[in-house]
Amino acid sequence: MMAATREIWVYLAASPLLHLTMTLVAYLVGDYLFRKSGQKALLNPVLIAVAILVGVLLATEVSYATYFEGAQFVHFLLGPATVALAVPLYRQFERVRHSGVAILVALLAGSLTALLSATLIAWALGAPQAVVASIAPKSVTTPIAMGIAEQIGGLPSLTAVLVILTGIFGSMFGTSILARVGVHDADAQGFALGLASHGIGTARALQVSEVAGAFSALAMGLNGLATSLLAPLLVHLLRQWLWP
Amino acid sequence: MNNRVILTFTILLACQLAGEVITLLLHLSVPGPVVGMVILFCALLVRGHVPADVAAVSGELLQNLSLLFVPAGVGVMLHARLLADNWQALSLALVLSTIVTIAVTGLMLQWAKQRPARHAKEGENQ
Repeated sequence: MMAATREIWVYLAASPLLHLTMTLVAYLVGDYLFRKSGQKALLNPVLIAVAILVGVLLATEVSYATYFEGAQFVHFLLGPATVALAVPLYRQFERVRHSGVAILVALLAGSLTALLSATLIAWALGAPQAVVASIAPKSVTTPIAMGIAEQIGGLPSLTAVLVILTGIFGSMFGTSILARVGVHDADAQGFALGLASHGIGTARALQVSEVAGAFSALAMGLNGLATSLLAPLLVHLLRQWLWP
Repeated sequence: MNNRVILTFTILLACQLAGEVITLLLHLSVPGPVVGMVILFCALLVRGHVPADVAAVSGELLQNLSLLFVPAGVGVMLHARLLADNWQALSLALVLSTIVTIAVTGLMLQWAKQRPARHAKEGENQ
């Protein structure tokens, strides 16, 4: 009996099926807990799923490379999902066309602030180059952020974790930060949440109002685009100044 | 799995493929899927509306967007050492940068919206 169980385990552990199924199950558990808690930001479904999977992999002594052979089928969908972001972007674009110039000003200011502050603080506190490059796109939605990290010499999987943590922080404290600095305009509140903390911030903005949600979704898409243009330039310049 | 799912996925993958090819040919530093997103966005602008099938399937895909981050997130186990060594730099950079970004972005949009005439002029000069 033991021998048979062992044989089945050896077979399953080597096939992509097991880890693909585990990924979906862990996510469903995370999503269930998130909904059950009334969508508490701290019980982020991705965070829960990652914690479960890392625990199981460490306990069963399975390497990340073996796990990824199964999980790559889910990971692959990030590409088409990024392309699909064009749909909400197009919808919001139609709705907010008239404040185009104001949006462009806020987009440039916000995108540059996010990039410069994250990289300079991490650099000043002694983080190595690959880590600084990994935190640079932290405000951008994960599929785009990971692509950017790869382009500029960061570690995409480290970026994914930092992006999710940024989203959680922004959605928890964003509205009180905005109230404290005197931003009472719903458009501006939504735009700031989406630009700084992407999809998780957008979920929070939708709780504020529908207008804030629309501006947040727009900001998330635009900042993905702006950061993928600005980050390579900025990191190239910083590399010359900070690591000569 | 009906035809509209396959059709929409073909559109999404074709845009991504075109994006990857353009990125490689022009040596762009923008990720291929982002170029694919711009291509689809332009196609929607030309078309003037989102076809119902594309709207339904991409909506479905984006509703479950967070699942797609899980495999990459598990990669944190590869960087446990890096995170432990740099936790101060990373947590301070993350928290301070997010606070400043939210404040600057919100204030800028609120300020720029209150001065529509001036910005319309600036826009013309550009």
